[in-house]
Amino acid sequence: MKIIVCAKQVPDAKDVRLDPKTNTLSRDGVQSIMNPFDRHALEEGVRLKEKYGGTVIVLSMGPPQAEEMLREAISCGADEAVLVSDRAFAGADTWATTYTLERAITKIGGCDLVICGKQAIDGDTAQVGPGLAQRMDIPYVAYVQKINEVDGDHIQAERMMDDGYDMVELSTPALFTVVKEINEPRVPSLKGKMRAKKVEIQVLSAQDIEADPNCIGLPGSPTEVVKVFSPQAKGDRTMISGTADEQVDKLVEILESHL
Amino acid sequence: MLNIDTELCIACGLCEEACTYSAITVGEEGYAVVNEACTLCGSCVDVCEVEALSIDRPESELQSDFSQWSGVWIYAEYRNGRVAPVSFELLGIGRKLAQERQVPLSAVIFGNGLENASKELIAFGADKVFQVDDPALEAFTDDAYGNVLEDLVKEHKPEIILAGATAIGRSFIPRVATEVGAGLTADCTLLEINGEDGSLHQTRPAFGGNIMATIVCPRTRPQMATVRPNVMKANAYDADRQGEIVNIKPEASRLASRVKVIRSVQEEGDLVNICEADVVIAGGRGMDNEKGFSLIHDLAEITSGAVAASRAVVDAGMIGSAHQVGQTGKTVCPKLYMACGISGAIQHMVGMQSSDTIIAINRDADAPIFDVATYGVVGDVFEILPKVIDKMKAKRPAAASDGGNG
Repeated sequence: MKIIVCAKQVPDAKDVRLDPKTNTLSRDGVQSIMNPFDRHALEEGVRLKEKYGGTVIVLSMGPPQAEEMLREAISCGADEAVLVSDRAFAGADTWATTYTLERAITKIGGCDLVICGKQAIDGDTAQVGPGLAQRMDIPYVAYVQKINEVDGDHIQAERMMDDGYDMVELSTPALFTVVKEINEPRVPSLKGKMRAKKVEIQVLSAQDIEADPNCIGLPGSPTEVVKVFSPQAKGDRTMISGTADEQVDKLVEILESHL
Repeated sequence: MLNIDTELCIACGLCEEACTYSAITVGEEGYAVVNEACTLCGSCVDVCEVEALSIDRPESELQSDFSQWSGVWIYAEYRNGRVAPVSFELLGIGRKLAQERQVPLSAVIFGNGLENASKELIAFGADKVFQVDDPALEAFTDDAYGNVLEDLVKEHKPEIILAGATAIGRSFIPRVATEVGAGLTADCTLLEINGEDGSLHQTRPAFGGNIMATIVCPRTRPQMATVRPNVMKANAYDADRQGEIVNIKPEASRLASRVKVIRSVQEEGDLVNICEADVVIAGGRGMDNEKGFSLIHDLAEITSGAVAASRAVVDAGMIGSAHQVGQTGKTVCPKLYMACGISGAIQHMVGMQSSDTIIAINRDADAPIFDVATYGVVGDVFEILPKVIDKMKAKRPAAASDGGNG
């Protein structure tokens, strides 16, 4: 089975904090990391490969620095890595991104299964997986929490719903987006780290994937960001001071008034 | 690309601070320099006080005449015999947008046995309901739901389509947007019609809620957006409201799915709906462990409230993810939200900051949770909570056994 795992390098959002004085983002020490949900996608791809045989190719669209993340993916069990990188891709929204990824997957010869994280933590849109499947014209299942069975080209899986889960089945080629409940990602092995150092990462430009310039980057994006601003703090709070007992009395009073 | 006017740039460094991708730096040159990590997100352009930064935007070339695209649509989600509450909230905001645009508000609903559901949608504000009632739509599949919505959109050309950011909405709406070539903005918290050109301004949190971004679709229609449950307000139910129900009969090929749903399992037990509770008692890392967290359960029981938790608590396995509030959990908007031992990571706050009243208890007086609190208590949860619980118990001796679910 040829498996492509899509991964994105993102700023570690939990390190980003709003500076209340300047009202700007403080990004001191913010690291670039592999999108956490994509780690689970990678792990699932590697597990499927280990169980049923095949290859895992990790694919990313991003700046040249994303190579670092792709090497990490190799150290965690991916066989090959492909970086789609070009200044012309900058500013892509999810529509242009799915176009670009589809072109890249076609360029590297297609695959049996694409696995994506359910969403990236910088944009949180969860749109790239389903959009990519639509462009590839293959069936997809979003929010997969368990792959139960793979039998030839036939897969049975569970997708998480708001009120439980659905058991579904489909045939490959197909695309899954996965939730973190699906597995516990492994840490890189020593052997993997050695391989990651040496492996050659294939870099594809807009020209390499024969992309239509009107479908990539800013020109290919139907959405446009017109304003970016910081969320406003409320600022009209009442602090309850005094001894612990005085605070307790006041709290009980507030609670009672709301019941 | 990002243009930097080196004459105007005063090397103040604001852009460098604003960039989450470390893509712009002010170095020895004495002006800002952009590198390949730039994603053209525009954060730096907005903070630049001397207007030295700009982004080349493609000309607003119209794909077609926008006048053909008219009307506001909402996708009403129907599952297990009921309309998802977010659908009524969408009708609430949809009504406002439709009024400003002076166009009708329509709902589309897919499922099996929809007659009552469609009437409910009219009572909550729909002028027209496109009802696709077919046994093939009983179970949700991306193929069938996607095909049917895509066909309806292509035929009727609505200018705006809103859907709930639920498991179903977030799964099949992106596919429809891709197919019809529409811009889609996820998890909007604010939707407004721009007075100048009548376009939809869509505001959403990004970077885990660290920044807000306003997004438009200047060159394409329809304008599509998803909205999280509990963000918009539904209008009151009006049984006398009149509206039209249009039955749609798609071709069988459009109802076929490559993915088969073998069975749907509804999970009992942990079915606490923190989204629908009036009172939510939430615990964070400051509750230390399961034993500490039991105070949250105790207080919730006395106040007939629901138990919620920050991500740290869920990740530590103290409670199931159905209880998680925040960017990767649920958005809640109760009458009262009590945050105990929660420092207030921005990712948590985006999930609860619109609650009517927020009480925060935390040891650290500088904890960001106090920024969104209505009442703040700087103190030790292990000293304060047991006393609050005792006093509440003394005041309402019967409450604990009522078993109410507020």
